[in-house]
Amino acid sequence: MDDMDRRIINELQDGFPVTERPYAEAAKQLQMDEDELIERIGKLCKDGTLNRFGPMFNAENLGGAVTLAAIRAPENRFDEITDMVNAHPEVSQNYAREDDLNMWFVIATETPGRLSKVIAEIEYETGLEVFDMPKIEEFYVGLRFAV
Amino acid sequence: MSQKATGPMIDDTDRRLINATEEGLPLCPKPYHALAGELDLSADEVMDRMRAMLDNGIIRRIAAVPNHYKLGYTANGMSVWDVPDAVISLAGAKVGALDFVSHCYHRPRHMPEWPFNLFAMVHGHDRNEIEEKVETISEVLGPWDGGHRVLYSTRILKKTGFRLVA
Repeated sequence: MDDMDRRIINELQDGFPVTERPYAEAAKQLQMDEDELIERIGKLCKDGTLNRFGPMFNAENLGGAVTLAAIRAPENRFDEITDMVNAHPEVSQNYAREDDLNMWFVIATETPGRLSKVIAEIEYETGLEVFDMPKIEEFYVGLRFAV
Repeated sequence: MSQKATGPMIDDTDRRLINATEEGLPLCPKPYHALAGELDLSADEVMDRMRAMLDNGIIRRIAAVPNHYKLGYTANGMSVWDVPDAVISLAGAKVGALDFVSHCYHRPRHMPEWPFNLFAMVHGHDRNEIEEKVETISEVLGPWDGGHRVLYSTRILKKTGFRLVA
């Protein structure tokens, strides 16, 4: 990764135009050629520096429902409970965290009604209370990974 | 309010556009024209629909999404805060505006075990950096910081990519 790559990553985290020749426009800002910009973005995607390049979708605005849930998994049952939770296809992400509440997962369903069913199923299967923490308000974030 | 029952309306053509760009935007000089060709639409329609989805929040933005591990941001801590309910929106706006916070949400407390109602994900190169940043959040909140904690992730147990809700 050289200086030019860093400028591309820093610049293109903020947004990309919807126009006839968007790469040419972005390239002009970055003072490089359209072809070179396209080639470098492709390379950064291929080598894993970028997870992707394109539209970032907001699943919730597509009619589904999402929540963040946490449980206290006893250490001696941690793996078993991990399997039980992960077996649900609606669980899209699951993290072990250092806390009393030591397992945190995201549940995403096609309908809001399905969400409470998945939570009830996990509580029944594990015998543990699921702390349901759906977002009440989302705040705008300004994060950009500076490189 | 735990969920949104109805989002903005999208139709079949929008779904086809979403599916076609899930992997990313085509890497060619006229990417929206390329999508138009693939989906048998006009380029103007593709661009109009992309702009509409940007406006109504179905697309947050069109952008490069860096792999933060690859960029050296290997530590992440979920900081959780007990903030007075009366000021939660203002507090969330202030914390979210910090340039090292990647997600910032108001979530429900679960008393008595869980008094925290503001969540802010903090990224850094190591735990020391996270601790410093959490201290900065505490300073920003001032008297509104009624107690906080940082939950470090120790393992990813499951991670699946974005999937379009059918």
